[in-house]
Amino acid sequence: MNALDLARWQFGITTVYHFLFVPITLGLGFLVAGLQTAWYRTNKDEYLRATKFFGKLFLINFAMGVVTGIVQEFQFGMNWSSYSRFVGDIFGAPLAIEGLLAFFLESTFLGMWIFGWDRLPKKIHLASIWLAAIGTMLSAYFILAANSFMQHPVGYVYNPETGRAELTSIVAVLTQKTATTTFFHTMSSGFLVSGALVAGVSAWLLMRGNSVEVVRPTLKLGLVTTLVASVLVFISGDMQSRVMVQQQPMKMAAAEAQFDTTTNASFSIFTIGSLDGSKPLVQIRIPNLLSIMATGSASGSVEGINDIQAQYEQKYGPGSYKPVIPVAYWTFRLMIGFGALAGVFALWALWATRKGRTPKSKWFTRAALVIPLFPLVGISMGWLFTELARQPWIVFGLMRTESGVSPAVSSTEVLISLVVLTLLYAVLAVVEVGLLAKAIKLGPPENVVVHDDATPGNERVLTFSY
Amino acid sequence: MSHETLQLIWFVLIAVLWIGYFVLEGFDFGVGLLLRIVGKNEAERRAIITTLGPLWDGNEVWLLVAGGATFAAFPEWYATLFSGFYLPLLLILVALIIRGVAFEYRSKHGNATWRGRWDWAIAIGSFLPALLWGVAFANIVRGVPLARSSAGHIEYVGGFFNLLNPYALLGGVVTLTLFLTHGAIFLSLKTDGVIRERAHALVGKIGLVAAVAAVAFLLWTQLAYSEKAWTWIPILLAAAAWLSGLAADRAGRDGWAFVFSSITMGLAVISLFGVLYPNVMPNIDRALVGLDIHNASSTEYTLKVMTIVAVIFTPIVLVYQTWTYWIFRKRMTAEQIPSPESGTLGLPESAKETAG
Repeated sequence: MNALDLARWQFGITTVYHFLFVPITLGLGFLVAGLQTAWYRTNKDEYLRATKFFGKLFLINFAMGVVTGIVQEFQFGMNWSSYSRFVGDIFGAPLAIEGLLAFFLESTFLGMWIFGWDRLPKKIHLASIWLAAIGTMLSAYFILAANSFMQHPVGYVYNPETGRAELTSIVAVLTQKTATTTFFHTMSSGFLVSGALVAGVSAWLLMRGNSVEVVRPTLKLGLVTTLVASVLVFISGDMQSRVMVQQQPMKMAAAEAQFDTTTNASFSIFTIGSLDGSKPLVQIRIPNLLSIMATGSASGSVEGINDIQAQYEQKYGPGSYKPVIPVAYWTFRLMIGFGALAGVFALWALWATRKGRTPKSKWFTRAALVIPLFPLVGISMGWLFTELARQPWIVFGLMRTESGVSPAVSSTEVLISLVVLTLLYAVLAVVEVGLLAKAIKLGPPENVVVHDDATPGNERVLTFSY
Repeated sequence: MSHETLQLIWFVLIAVLWIGYFVLEGFDFGVGLLLRIVGKNEAERRAIITTLGPLWDGNEVWLLVAGGATFAAFPEWYATLFSGFYLPLLLILVALIIRGVAFEYRSKHGNATWRGRWDWAIAIGSFLPALLWGVAFANIVRGVPLARSSAGHIEYVGGFFNLLNPYALLGGVVTLTLFLTHGAIFLSLKTDGVIRERAHALVGKIGLVAAVAAVAFLLWTQLAYSEKAWTWIPILLAAAAWLSGLAADRAGRDGWAFVFSSITMGLAVISLFGVLYPNVMPNIDRALVGLDIHNASSTEYTLKVMTIVAVIFTPIVLVYQTWTYWIFRKRMTAEQIPSPESGTLGLPESAKETAG
């Protein structure tokens, strides 16, 4: 493998890995803040215990998100220096703003929240978890705006003298439709996975009879969150696909392995056989669905891969503008499928636990354990789809991926970093899963006391220390 | 404001971000290195880590913002530097990863092997960046081999071992010993009892080693690489601040010692950036092409946008970050850690309440 392939593998591995923790942070922060607010308002012990319990899971997860995030910021320069030079004028700004507005907010106030139990007045302590959650959300917004520039560059001019893209409107970059719909989709999928996590963990504890009075309400919270989020994921995904058809028609065509332009295009649920344009062996198709997804009308025309390829050759010169079709096709389907399963589970579980019932089926316990993983896999598939189906572009229409790599870095160096980071991440995954499993098995803490007279500087024995 | 003024402003702002980073994460690194030296049992070690608990993550954000600001304001510098210093940066990344996770995870289990391993992670994770940031900055000031590529970009062409020259290694020793002392001063300020006594006893010893290394390094910098007379001023002031800090520590004035050692970090960064200006990454052979604030910068528009954002939000950040330092100002003692041998995951809260 050459330095380019290695750098792509490294970016893929580190980014997918980083984004296992991010969506949980995005949703769970707000859910914990909500639980603490419920405790603050009602003073009910169950809510306090739930806050502490899910707060603990949140923090185990958050630590991994933080440390793997540093790699993300560094590797643009380390592995993609030509890309960084080309878009630095535009791409660097949201990244720097993300640090100043979001990272400081989330890290500072999360630190206050972790160590502020019994030291801060309750109201300020509650505000700190909300501010931390808002920080994570802001962070998502800015980085997605930066990513959206790669999907659909706006607010720039190309300067032939310097050979760089130059920013002309930060407002355009931050408010373009690609950014806003992607943000909507990412936040709702963050709530989807977090809702499923809260629901799965609560259901599992409920079946074991552990802290039933705490986990019954959180089960409901998790399930309702999952259900609402799956609807929002669906709506935002639909909005995104419209935007995608206009801006990146090749991506949509690749998602469906649609080689020829068609009206009343059907959507295939799955295909057995090759996806290279020859006849598939087995296929299940839903009539008109692709046209509806792409255009909003059943008779709408959807462009095919071959036609778009011909257009792009005219526009950008000779070469292939097709992503790897089977990858695009399958990641798109798996994204939708895995995401939908979480919604289905939520419906089933809401029914099974209605009016205080406890389901008897051992399938319920089994499903509870795996269900949080489904949206997580769905999200990874979604990112793989959106990044891989943009290929061969690193910045759509402006720069090809192979032109973005660092010329100063040898393939040996990239190989070293790829191996080191992958091994390190694998070890940390084992550690993290072990800690989460232990924390979940223990269940919500009992006899939690929070003193009413807490003020800074009035410390007794610490309720939390490292 | 003209493009030139904005470029100067961002050069200064990036120096400010590095000052913030060295002052704040500098003591984090020092404390991390001293963990097992000053903390002789579990209660003491956990008290030591807890002094950093609410602060370390916010401190590290100074680095992320410095990185992001360099990307936004001087993309050519960011690209050449980060791809050129590839392996040292990889080491720093690995260090920051294992160290951050270690703070969060080490006390979750009571198992001594588990904690011992994380202590190693904290030690190595603090040692590598404390040393390597010095090495990196010294190389930048000294100049590195650069050449224009076929695409017209200024790329690093020196390889890994070129970075390990005597001047740069001395720079590494300087940041390492400065951060160690800074950490010991921080511990004297933020702890009480035996931890404070041990930390206090170390300040004078490491502080003198740091003083010798730093004076040698800054003199070398001034004589070999500075073309400006005025950079003598921050260099001499840095030396004076450091000695004042050590004197304050001897007099038992922990707060003043910390203020002076922070000022020293600031002046050291000012000296290096002062020597560097207007370059950001000069060629080792000054006659050849290098990067300066003009040919490395982004456009006037981007710098303007960034300046507006920085002017509005930096004061807000400073206010709330300072506020957390105020909230967690009280000294930690080993006695404040309930059941230090037990893992925090398993311990019921009731046991924590009664254990003290």
